[in-house]
Amino acid sequence: MRWIWIDRFTAFESGKSATAVKCLSAAEDHFADHFPGYPVMPAALILEGLAQTGGILVGEANQFREKVVLAKIPVAKFHREATPGEVLTYQADVIDLRPEGAVIRGKVTSGDDPIAEAEIFFAHLDQNRSAQVFGDHNFVFTGELRHLLGTAPGRPQLPPPKS
Amino acid sequence: MSQDEIFGKVKEVLVDALSVDDDQVTLASRLQADLDAESIDFLDIVFRLEREFGIKIDRNELFPESVFQGDPEFVQDGKVTPKGLSELRERMPFADLATFEKNPKFDQIGDLFTVDLIVKYIASKLPA
Repeated sequence: MRWIWIDRFTAFESGKSATAVKCLSAAEDHFADHFPGYPVMPAALILEGLAQTGGILVGEANQFREKVVLAKIPVAKFHREATPGEVLTYQADVIDLRPEGAVIRGKVTSGDDPIAEAEIFFAHLDQNRSAQVFGDHNFVFTGELRHLLGTAPGRPQLPPPKS
Repeated sequence: MSQDEIFGKVKEVLVDALSVDDDQVTLASRLQADLDAESIDFLDIVFRLEREFGIKIDRNELFPESVFQGDPEFVQDGKVTPKGLSELRERMPFADLATFEKNPKFDQIGDLFTVDLIVKYIASKLPA
């Protein structure tokens, strides 16, 4: 299974906000175990989708030059369970964007129903240190997630991924 | 803004940033030892204080990182030297150094980061 928890961007405003959707399918592995006979999307994976939406928003704001890591989720609330067949909409808004990191506020909805909301804090890893720890490639923004951004209306211009 | 009003807002910031209870936050609370703040929390707190008070905060001014960088002039045998103490006094004018000076163990330096320090720092930044 691939670690992509959003299917498509439906709106993207650089440095400000992003909207992505995620279609929940009964074929996804996690539904088999969570829970047998009662499939609900694990709350942590809902947050992962929001973090990917917000993470790309934050990364794109600096043309993916910074290594962005999820540092902290100070607040997360869950309103109801999400089940196969639903389409989740992830809305992420930038609250703060600074050289050291960024904060987004996110909302997850299914139709008109609120599913979850959270504040997510991203840190920009020190460029030199992260190169030592993680190697030179950017582990989040290579490949598929960046490709997804190309699906956003308005299509932000992406620099070519480093190989 | 009075000291009390600043403290009230700082308390709110810390309750949100550190998920602590209202009554856990006093002026004497130490961010790490009493409120379990971790390194990333310091950045979160700085961001929140800026939003709450509408001021610009230099993170290294409020929470100087590695003031000494292992400089032997400032730290010897796990203790901060007199020269180190005067450097601290300069970098952290709002810290309560009187207590720390009695037993200036380097690994206790985090105890200088108290709620009181934040309140005094904010008071100095706000227009009178």
